[in-house]
Amino acid sequence: MESVKSEKQSKTKTTLHISGAEAIVRCLLEEGVDLIFGYPGGAIMPVYDELYKFQDSLNHVLTRHEQGATHAAQGYARVSGKVGVAIATSGPGATNLVTGLADAQIDSTPMVCITGQVPRHLLGSDAFQETDIIGISTPVTKWNYQITEASEIPEIMAKAFYIAKSGRPGPVLIDITKNAQFDSFDFSYEKCERIRSYKAVPKPDEKAIETAASLINSAKKPFIVFGQGVILGNAEEEFKAFIEKTGIPSAWTILGLSALPSDHPQNVGMVGMHGNYGPNVLTNECDVLIAIGMRFDDRVTGNLDTYAKQARIIHFDIDPAEINKNVKADVAVLGDAKETLSLILDKVEANTHETWHQEFAKKDKDEYEAVIRHDILPTKPGLTMGEVVMAINEASNKDAVIVTDVGQHQMVACRYAQFKKSKSSITSGGLGTMGFALPAAIGAKMGAMHREVVAIIGDGGYQMTIQELATIFQNKTPVKIVVLNNNFLGMVRQWQELFFEKRYASTEMVNPDFVKIAEGYFIKARRVTERHDLNDAVREMIKSKEPYFLEVEVEKENNVFPMIPSGASVSDVRLK
Amino acid sequence: MEEKRYTISIYSENNIGLLNRISGIFLKRHINIESLNVSKSEIENISKFTIVINTTEDWAHKIVRQIEKQIEVIKAYYHTDEETIFLQTALFKIASNLLFDERQIQNIIKESNAEIVTVSRDFFVLSKSGRRHEIDEMHEKLEPYGIMQFVRSARLAVTKAEMPISRLLHDFYQDK
Repeated sequence: MESVKSEKQSKTKTTLHISGAEAIVRCLLEEGVDLIFGYPGGAIMPVYDELYKFQDSLNHVLTRHEQGATHAAQGYARVSGKVGVAIATSGPGATNLVTGLADAQIDSTPMVCITGQVPRHLLGSDAFQETDIIGISTPVTKWNYQITEASEIPEIMAKAFYIAKSGRPGPVLIDITKNAQFDSFDFSYEKCERIRSYKAVPKPDEKAIETAASLINSAKKPFIVFGQGVILGNAEEEFKAFIEKTGIPSAWTILGLSALPSDHPQNVGMVGMHGNYGPNVLTNECDVLIAIGMRFDDRVTGNLDTYAKQARIIHFDIDPAEINKNVKADVAVLGDAKETLSLILDKVEANTHETWHQEFAKKDKDEYEAVIRHDILPTKPGLTMGEVVMAINEASNKDAVIVTDVGQHQMVACRYAQFKKSKSSITSGGLGTMGFALPAAIGAKMGAMHREVVAIIGDGGYQMTIQELATIFQNKTPVKIVVLNNNFLGMVRQWQELFFEKRYASTEMVNPDFVKIAEGYFIKARRVTERHDLNDAVREMIKSKEPYFLEVEVEKENNVFPMIPSGASVSDVRLK
Repeated sequence: MEEKRYTISIYSENNIGLLNRISGIFLKRHINIESLNVSKSEIENISKFTIVINTTEDWAHKIVRQIEKQIEVIKAYYHTDEETIFLQTALFKIASNLLFDERQIQNIIKESNAEIVTVSRDFFVLSKSGRRHEIDEMHEKLEPYGIMQFVRSARLAVTKAEMPISRLLHDFYQDK
């Protein structure tokens, strides 16, 4: 490490003689952090004591569980593009971060978690609240490090923020022993800009871009599937310019949602298990598949042996490990999407692909008749999830940040929610973490106070982190919470119906009075059971300047379609 | 695709926890590590992992990409046996009386090109370096006489082709 340290000798700032705990807070301020989420406890108390002193410049939000702190930090990061920060004590405080870390790792969310640790001399003694959080968090972090001496703090914290936000973003955990928080040292801070063993962004290869451009130019039925890479790379404008010039129909993965406005004529919908009919079926009819900032998750591809075998594949990604991981690329364009998409723009020819677009339109019509119409304009009694999402679109003027949990409501919300701006859909995609939405919505609201934030949650996931209602109440955070209550773990029930002969093992939920619970937290609440009350209730919720809870009792046994059964081909997407 | 033996060479910073991070990559994919060695490398302050696995080339490639993705890894490579020069070392601890009672043991030592590391009143220690099958053969020959202790090291390997780490680091410092 000596050589690494010697790179950083150009210190310009005056040094302060301070405690490690104060240094941690000053590092956060140096990184521009003004909001963190967390929960105090023994091994992190020196830092909390400093947070008390610095409360005018650094706001700490007390969540009701450390997992809530991580999801709030994720929501904040996803909506703002900044690094989310969560802080917890050692032992159970640290282990409660693990789900959030894993979620941030698989969904590439920049987050720094700070944990307290027992004093260095007690490490390995099974001291009170000692746990090996470095060992535990290794597989779910982009990087982690245990600080045992105060003097390490500035360099490690600078590295933590650089690693979390650069390249393909991800979570970093820094574990700090209590002695390192108490000890004093000469503090000075310098931001980290590079690390010799880490290449954040690969340099785009001119030749790959040429090859990709000529493939695109000669394609008759090119098809784009874009993911979160467009959002993380702040490449929305470059992406739009690229698709508008080439005229290529473009579909999104769940995490790519909102990178392209919903009403864009080339936006053909979602790919994947519950994605739209056209994009799934036509994946196996296109001649060139252009994947941009996505990783060919199994929920997107279905059976790999029958996925886009007829097509040449162009894969744009910032992470070399994603190339050929699941789908073999004919051309790999490595680099930051903002850079690679602007480089390719001059090399591609203008086109409209009108007849090819018509095939998407035809499939869209099929899907509308078979599925969409019944979802959003139901004629049968019993509320559908789809019509609730449509009511939210209308009341919020399609401009809300929609935070979703995991399950049927998530698929329906992602299918029907409409967006004008990027960074507006926040969901747990890769990990599928039930309980994500409520705390993530708190973080999202705090990261975008000027925007309407609506959490749409199922009755199952809601109860996994329901204690965060207290955080909402304490901070008077005006998030809007919609629980779509079907009194079932709906997605699992759907699979039981379709693949396990309706043996509803442990999926029926006997629920409490959610309205009373919200009111117990002094949150305005309303329940809707009839269609004629829906629009009024949603409008009232959106108009509210305060937090608002809306429970909508929806049909118990509705299913989400289209659906690609697990392990089936994208061509075998079912409409019923 | 056909499974083969691949030697993975990793150049990295020498930090606590990196071994755990690297072994986790194999664990996550349910791949058994045949042998693992960590030592200094030809470059000051840079560690070298030498890991042997049996897998397909496709997996070897994917694993190396995942290893390189780790922040403290500078560069990783995979090579087949034909592309490397490699050996292992084994130590055999044997009761001293056998050296005199069983004349055949002396022949085994000579034929195997083994070295006597130490001899004491109660036991002597043989060291044998070479290919895995040579060590196995020697083990087979000695086994009937009784081996008190046996240990075999991980594979040590250097590659025929260059692994240009110094140049990578040079470029890093030049870029600044």
